[in-house]
Amino acid sequence: MHELLRQAGRAITPGTYFGWGEVTIQSGNLVIIIAMLALFVLALLLPFPGGRSRK
Amino acid sequence: MNRHTGPAPETPDLETGLYTWTGKSRRWLLKQLPPEKLLPEDQPSYVASWAYVFGMGAVAALIFIIGSGVVLSLNGPQWYHVSGLGHFLNSAHLWSVELFFMFMVVHLWLKFWMAAWRGGRVLTWITGMVAFLVSIVTAFTGYLLQTNFDSQWIAFEAKDALNAVGVGAWFNVANLGQVFMWHIMLLPLAVGAVVALHVVLVRAHGVVPPLDAAETDAQLKYPSGSAPENEADQP
Repeated sequence: MHELLRQAGRAITPGTYFGWGEVTIQSGNLVIIIAMLALFVLALLLPFPGGRSRK
Repeated sequence: MNRHTGPAPETPDLETGLYTWTGKSRRWLLKQLPPEKLLPEDQPSYVASWAYVFGMGAVAALIFIIGSGVVLSLNGPQWYHVSGLGHFLNSAHLWSVELFFMFMVVHLWLKFWMAAWRGGRVLTWITGMVAFLVSIVTAFTGYLLQTNFDSQWIAFEAKDALNAVGVGAWFNVANLGQVFMWHIMLLPLAVGAVVALHVVLVRAHGVVPPLDAAETDAQLKYPSGSAPENEADQP
């Protein structure tokens, strides 16, 4: 029971936030957005393996 | 019912069944989605690009979501909150959702800048948007099902917004049983149906070509063997 309460207390920590003026974003959300932007750019730039041999 | 009498039909199979709804439906379906379009063996050369993998990435993530979700729902929160395997599957379910949304958003960006609604693909675009919106609602009900302080907080913050727009009586986020039914049955059925329709429409119309390949869309518009003789007739 004490272990569950200790874990519950750890679960409700607010996390890390970044802010610029009016904009505030939680670190996890920022990481996801940056990762999606990186995937978008890499999808356009990276060559597709075996692409030249395809029809 | 088999037809044992009468002469053999002279028209090809595609032309029969003009007077029954089953025959008309079959003819319509075969015209819209012939087997070579439904399960093609190859794709145009421009599909060999990372820009074309994120849709199927989202579908793969959705399969993991459904698989892990089935196990979680059968065992319940008293299992996935306390056992090691339960924690693992709970996390696998969460991270499948994270990947599902990441792939879906990148897919959306790429298709938006490709103007993927071109060439009669408006319904494909619309079903994709509906799939995105229904997935957001499904993910929201998943947050409510964590059965921890987070989900309690989210439910009691969200109920005021839902009451304000007048749906609180039917969609009560503080009612765990109701949210459970929405999350494990109604919304997954909706996501699955819309995603299936989206994929079938992609098969029917073909993957959208890049903007600079729009004039050479012959393989998509006309499956092999049925291309018109006059190339100038092509869109």
